[in-house]
Amino acid sequence: MNLVSYDDALASYDPVMGLEVHVELGTKTKMFCGCSTELGAEPNSQTCPTCLGLPGSLPVVNAIGVESAVRIGLALNCEIAEWCRFARKNYFYPDMPKNFQTSQYDEPIAFNGYLDVQLEDGETFRVEIERAHMEEDTGKSSHVGGATGRIHGATHSLLDYNRAGIPLIEIVTKPIEGAGRRAPEVAKAYVAELRELIKALGVSEARMDKGQMRCDVNLSLRPNGTETFGTRSETKNVNSLRSVERAARFEIQRHATVLGDGGTIVQETRHFHEEDGSTTAGRIKDNAEDYRYFPEPDLVPIAPAREWVEELRAELPELPRVRRARLQAEWGLSDLDMQSVLNAGAVELIEQTIAAGAPADQARKWWLGELARRSNETGIELAEQPITPAQVARVCALVAEGKLNDKLARQVIEGVLAGEGEPDEVVAARGLAVVSDDSALGAAVDQAIADNSAIADKIRDGKVAAVGALVGAVMKATRGQADAAKVKDLILEKLGAA
Amino acid sequence: MTDLIKHTAAQTAAAIAAGTVSAVEVAQAHLDRIDAVDKKVNAFLHVDTEGALAAARAVDAKRAKGEELGPLAGVPLALKDVFTTKGVPTTCGSKILEGWIPPYDATLTTRLKDAGVVILGKTNMDEFAMGSSTENSAYGTTGNPWDLSRIPGGSGGGSAAALAAYQAPLAIGTDTGGSIRQPGAVTGTVGVKPTYGSVSRYGLIAFSSSLDQGGPCARTVLDAALLHEAIAGHDPLDSTSIDAPVPAVVAAAKLRDVRGMRIGVVKEFAGEGYQAGVMQRFNESVELLRELGAEVVEVSCPSFTLALPAYYLIAPSEASSNLARFDAMRYGLRVGDDGSASAEQVTALTREAGFGPEVKRRIILGTYALSSGYYDAYYGSAQKVRTLISRDFDQAFADVDVLVSPTTPTTAFPIGERADDPMAMYLADLCTIPSNLAGNAAMSLPCGLAPEDNLPVGLQIIAPAMADDRLYRVGGAVEAALNDKWGHPLLEEAPAL
Amino acid sequence: MPGITREEVAHLARLSRLELQAEELDHFAEQLDVIIGAVARVSEVAGADVPPTSHPLPLTNVMRADEVRPSLTPEQALSGAPAAEEQRFRVPQILGED
Ligand SMILES: [Mg+2]
Ligand SMILES: [Zn+2]
Repeated sequence: MNLVSYDDALASYDPVMGLEVHVELGTKTKMFCGCSTELGAEPNSQTCPTCLGLPGSLPVVNAIGVESAVRIGLALNCEIAEWCRFARKNYFYPDMPKNFQTSQYDEPIAFNGYLDVQLEDGETFRVEIERAHMEEDTGKSSHVGGATGRIHGATHSLLDYNRAGIPLIEIVTKPIEGAGRRAPEVAKAYVAELRELIKALGVSEARMDKGQMRCDVNLSLRPNGTETFGTRSETKNVNSLRSVERAARFEIQRHATVLGDGGTIVQETRHFHEEDGSTTAGRIKDNAEDYRYFPEPDLVPIAPAREWVEELRAELPELPRVRRARLQAEWGLSDLDMQSVLNAGAVELIEQTIAAGAPADQARKWWLGELARRSNETGIELAEQPITPAQVARVCALVAEGKLNDKLARQVIEGVLAGEGEPDEVVAARGLAVVSDDSALGAAVDQAIADNSAIADKIRDGKVAAVGALVGAVMKATRGQADAAKVKDLILEKLGAA
Repeated sequence: MTDLIKHTAAQTAAAIAAGTVSAVEVAQAHLDRIDAVDKKVNAFLHVDTEGALAAARAVDAKRAKGEELGPLAGVPLALKDVFTTKGVPTTCGSKILEGWIPPYDATLTTRLKDAGVVILGKTNMDEFAMGSSTENSAYGTTGNPWDLSRIPGGSGGGSAAALAAYQAPLAIGTDTGGSIRQPGAVTGTVGVKPTYGSVSRYGLIAFSSSLDQGGPCARTVLDAALLHEAIAGHDPLDSTSIDAPVPAVVAAAKLRDVRGMRIGVVKEFAGEGYQAGVMQRFNESVELLRELGAEVVEVSCPSFTLALPAYYLIAPSEASSNLARFDAMRYGLRVGDDGSASAEQVTALTREAGFGPEVKRRIILGTYALSSGYYDAYYGSAQKVRTLISRDFDQAFADVDVLVSPTTPTTAFPIGERADDPMAMYLADLCTIPSNLAGNAAMSLPCGLAPEDNLPVGLQIIAPAMADDRLYRVGGAVEAALNDKWGHPLLEEAPAL
Repeated sequence: MPGITREEVAHLARLSRLELQAEELDHFAEQLDVIIGAVARVSEVAGADVPPTSHPLPLTNVMRADEVRPSLTPEQALSGAPAAEEQRFRVPQILGED
């Protein structure tokens, strides 16, 4: 299929989006049983009668799961239900031990909220939140016998239920209208903002690459100027920020192509492909799908006390948007500079470095310069680099005290990263202190003048610009441990050219 | 040795504690009895000889060391095969669980073990507790010890028959719509459905979660009370478990005094479909209560006429979901896995082969009642009926301390008579269902034989939620008065096996 | 309330994963029609201003602390499995989504 261009698609149609994000909570135990949620355990070692759905087993709600849901709801400006229930969503699938998912249906714990997201040009877009509800994850299947573990062509599958029952919060937006050509950008910004929010709340690490946060992109088009929604497609499990943007963009073009050819969009699920950014058809959503929701009789209702909700509201951490604005002002950064700090994932690191005593510009300089470069080279995230904000702050202090110059400071950081110890230890071990002993420096200068008499003569004759060569010689002789400005002054003084 | 099996649980526990008999002797006597009669009765699906003797030996060892024994230590018990038992097969009367050995104990199982109760084995039942005759078991039907050609009630027919056949002095049942009380009534034994939420459901293989309740079965009211106290109480593994003290049922059973109590006769539980002999014995029981000093009044609970329809929507709805887990993936039967069939096909083939007709009927009925377009009319309406029934009870209990009725409209019917007539079968639970819908407590105890067939009739007593002690107070008084009148317990009139 | 047709029963059987035989389907359709005819009386209260009761207990907020409890061992977890491989439950091919 030859897709119409993005511009052509937007010339005729107006996209409407719905985003459904599943967040795996970072609780110690599963939603309805006491099994550990620790990643990386051997298969089926974190299962019990309840999360295996053994006959006779019963669920008991994880209090932190509920608390996390309420906090997420509050952070999303939602109303918190005074009374809500779990419901059973009935459908058969081998990765789901009970063949129903314990979820919430018409009584979600949080509803009617919004999240303001900032687009790249600084414009704010409000995404309305329909609901946030609690549910449980499924087990993990691996497919054997087909190509590269795909389900298609597999002879059989193997199931590990360690993940079954891990708490999920599903966050559903209301239809996102009015984003126009910026719809894919809004989708990406929304998921990014949501991820920051979840991390700030401390309820999940929200690592999309680890499946801790998964996004479904629902999209439909309507002819420009019309109101009625078109038929939507549901692109499932789009698992990176970039993919969210690409999936939305692809679906806009695909829908426009189909509609433009006089075709109709089928309501179906679609799968996103990282390799080329395309989507392909999955299951058709027909009327046969009937989840037969009903209130979960093995659990009792959740009625969050109003005082408790208010306590949780009062204890919410500073939310990412507010915090970013505050830090930008405190650090005196332009929007552009702030954006690069955000892109580098350096906000916390810089904040902590400043807290450890470094000036804002110095802290930003090291993290976004030398350390960001290292991060790019090694492919290890900035926060994972083996150096702490306190250590960076100490390096800044040594520079400010005149004990290190920038070149030496870089070497100290290199030493810390190489595991040679604290900055002071590296300075001592490598003998990196700036040479400030005047007699030693004087001797080096004298030697340089003697070794380069022709250049020295030129300087005496007023060609002061030639001093660089002599400074270089002195720096070389002191293995870079001299203050270059001071060296220059000394040379000029000795040659009577000051 | 033979009279060891005729002792009550209270007598047996006292004898073991006193050292006049060992727990092993008691266990062996019951195992021998099972050996002798169970070919005829078929009350047990699995007899755990080794486990029972080991448990009995542990009780004897404890006593030898001078440790204090609990009130039921060393007393044998027949456990309905609906509760999981670690290392001991648990089938729920279904082919789909044939050979399944649970890796965990139900909370009730743990409590029994902790109390030193000797679990003899697992008893027969209607598949997944769906039925009123035990004919729906995948492992053959159980005979009623009063007349082996008749049903022992259901779903807990095995537990009730084991008591009536002196295979065990105590048994455990579960009551979703009457599955403890109706078997108790038709076998001349005592059965109690405790208040919903007072006995843990953890490890009880669910039929209908909002209705299921485990409870005690015994030959005397006091024995039932002793067992009630052993199994009831809060369980953090069951979210629907009540976190409150268990009513003092043992003390109530010993009181034997109903003077000053107000007792209501439910008007709606009479008339068409009620056997004359059943009504005769029931009316005599009401008269007896008056003689014993209770004040008896008639009360009306008009919504009870909608209880049976509501039950046959709610229970199948929950069951259709509860039984979805039997899919041939993780445990139990797997049929049709020939390498080419898909998981979906294997699940459907396995469920087709593994479930009996009544289970399939209820799964389909429940799926229907929950499906979009029908939910409000069926499931939703049934839940409203449930509210109306609770209101009727509330109103009645505002006036009286307990309600009484016949437990069942008829005595035990012949095996096969209603087997393929679901509606006729469902009528057996007419009087028991309202208590399940409302979650309150109810007991059945023998009140005589129907003159026309010489089969036991059950008297049902219903108390408000968490007032289970009233059941035992009234039941204990009635039992004592009737035994005085008859000169012996009713069960002595049962023919020898 | 209308009764239930054979086709509806077949659809419900598919939804509930029961591979019913043709005769079974006929028989069930007949019986279920009778049963549904009898229980449909509850819909008399459908419009009534009565709150539904989904549960007999008035409990709310029953929760557990987020504390790890012992799991089963993988051997115990897999002990009832019709088939196992690589410490996982082995199941037939899943005809689902790719
Ligand atoms: Mg969901
Ligand atoms: Zn678990």
